[in-house]
Amino acid sequence: MKSRFLTAGILSAALGLFAQAAAAQTEFLNVSYDPTRELYQQVNAAFTKQWEANGGRKLQINASHGGSGSQARSVIDGLEADVVTLALEYDVDAIAQKGLINKDWVKRLPDNSSPYTSTIVFLVRKGNPKAIKDWGDLVKPGVAIITPNPKTSGGARWNYLAAWGYALKQPGGNEQKAKDFVAALFKNVPVLDSGARGSTTTFVQRGLGDVLLSWENEAYLAIKELGPDKFEIVTPPLSILAEPSVAVVDKVVDKKKTRDIADAYLKFLYAPEGQEIAAKNYYRPRDAKVAEKYKDNFKKIELLTIDGDFGGWTAAQKKHFDDGGVFDQIYVAK
Amino acid sequence: MPAEFDSFTSGNVETRRRRLLTEPPVVRTTLLTLGIGFLVLFIGLPLVTVFTEALRKGWDAYLSALHEPAAFAAIELTLTVAAISVPLNMVFGVIAAWCITKFEFRGKSFLITLIDLPFSVSPVISGLVFVLMFGLQGWFGHWLSDNNIKIIFATPGIVLATIFVTFPFVARELIPLMQQQGTEEEEAAVILGANGWQTFWRVTLPNIKWALLYGVLLCNARAMGEFGAVSVVSGHIRGKTNTMPLHTEILYNEYNFVAAFAVASLLALLALVTLVAKSILEWKLKQAHALHAKSIANAES
Repeated sequence: MKSRFLTAGILSAALGLFAQAAAAQTEFLNVSYDPTRELYQQVNAAFTKQWEANGGRKLQINASHGGSGSQARSVIDGLEADVVTLALEYDVDAIAQKGLINKDWVKRLPDNSSPYTSTIVFLVRKGNPKAIKDWGDLVKPGVAIITPNPKTSGGARWNYLAAWGYALKQPGGNEQKAKDFVAALFKNVPVLDSGARGSTTTFVQRGLGDVLLSWENEAYLAIKELGPDKFEIVTPPLSILAEPSVAVVDKVVDKKKTRDIADAYLKFLYAPEGQEIAAKNYYRPRDAKVAEKYKDNFKKIELLTIDGDFGGWTAAQKKHFDDGGVFDQIYVAK
Repeated sequence: MPAEFDSFTSGNVETRRRRLLTEPPVVRTTLLTLGIGFLVLFIGLPLVTVFTEALRKGWDAYLSALHEPAAFAAIELTLTVAAISVPLNMVFGVIAAWCITKFEFRGKSFLITLIDLPFSVSPVISGLVFVLMFGLQGWFGHWLSDNNIKIIFATPGIVLATIFVTFPFVARELIPLMQQQGTEEEEAAVILGANGWQTFWRVTLPNIKWALLYGVLLCNARAMGEFGAVSVVSGHIRGKTNTMPLHTEILYNEYNFVAAFAVASLLALLALVTLVAKSILEWKLKQAHALHAKSIANAES
């Protein structure tokens, strides 16, 4: 009887797999970072509709979300993503270095292959009890800061660099002072989650910390989901221009013969419809018309840029986040 | 063990021993309160939370959360993985326990250590091992990719990781029992002319069936509940490679608390069913032990 059960189990499992494979849909996978779940749910629905209305093959778009760095790692290890939509250029570069994406990917699409941008803001508890207005307020004693781990999270790397840039721009600011500043900031961090969404739930659900360093879109979403009576957003006068990157994974689409879908999918993100969805999900759109329409959602502030202020991602990554880099020095020193 | 011990002690000695060993009522009550309080706080309360959170918006919300295609896919995947890995581990476990307890050979203690390995290794490391072997940058990665075989970030990888993590349960449950039972009955069967297969089906299996079921039960509970190892090899593709524990985390991260706890409540239900089944099996197992001890005692007297 046991052996019959065994055979039945294996057979049904095999049949299940077979049935999945036999479905007449083209499967398409977008591997993305943590806070984009809601954005790409809407993008996927809208794009599938448009694609199929234009006579394309039947589509099943799947999504995978996680910390940007770990997602890139999964793609490198063989997660068959048709496109990646990650938190920053460096993570896409890491995939390109393994030969899965052409090296010139940044130039293949407009605006550094970044269809929408964002910035880093502070999410604080209602009434802002610790009176946090600017980066300088974060290092005050008794302020507990929630941010994810820069080693695994893209958002966290933007957080870190924005703080570093702020310290440099202060009167008399220099490298050493910037290092001391981020060291003091991370002394106030009680817990490092691996991704942005983990940090947000730590802050809003588990009630830890006084301030969450967050993507602007993530902060707005938290307020929308959990109520404006509990949290408010503080936009500092200076922050960083965060450019999430998108790219077609050449090796995968060539193998799966899905390049046409992948190209159309990424173009859709730049088209007015895609831009509108991005803006509605609190990502800053590139399209001037859409930006004008939603300009009240996005405060105009001074924004540092990765290329202008940090010499590009490769340099910034090497200096700050690689093993033995500045982040390791200040965080181990704790 | 206690069952065996009991059968040797007479009732009189038993009462005297109990009086000597029993604490004063105050101590007993305090200890009991502490013990039960601890249980309620750490086991009872979380369990209640799971169900209250899941039903916070009523039965309709609960049922519709479970009816969602992605939740359905997660349940299906979890059941598929368990349906493959548990029977395989049952067979492996019986074979391993059989080899270890019925034969003498070199490297036996090494084999026992090897069987225990999945218990002592962190599940995340177990998952990473498979990524290093079957991942695109791993040993077999290019060959697999060229032949279009998907292991990591697909069902086979999840099954492999689950088999690895749950491997020791059956063998660990069987080895002590079979060691205790010894080989006399099998030897008798062989002398009476039974072949190996007959010996196994007619003598060994009936002797171990309750322990085997118990091991299978634990194995199944872990197979369905495993998070760490599966998380590493899953790729987290919604509706495709998320098992129930992974899907629960994803829903929670999407602020979808009712749905997250609804899926979690299914896992909790599974745990409760396991608990009841476990108690029944433990009782049966105790009986089997006692029976065996009695037959030895009878044979010796």
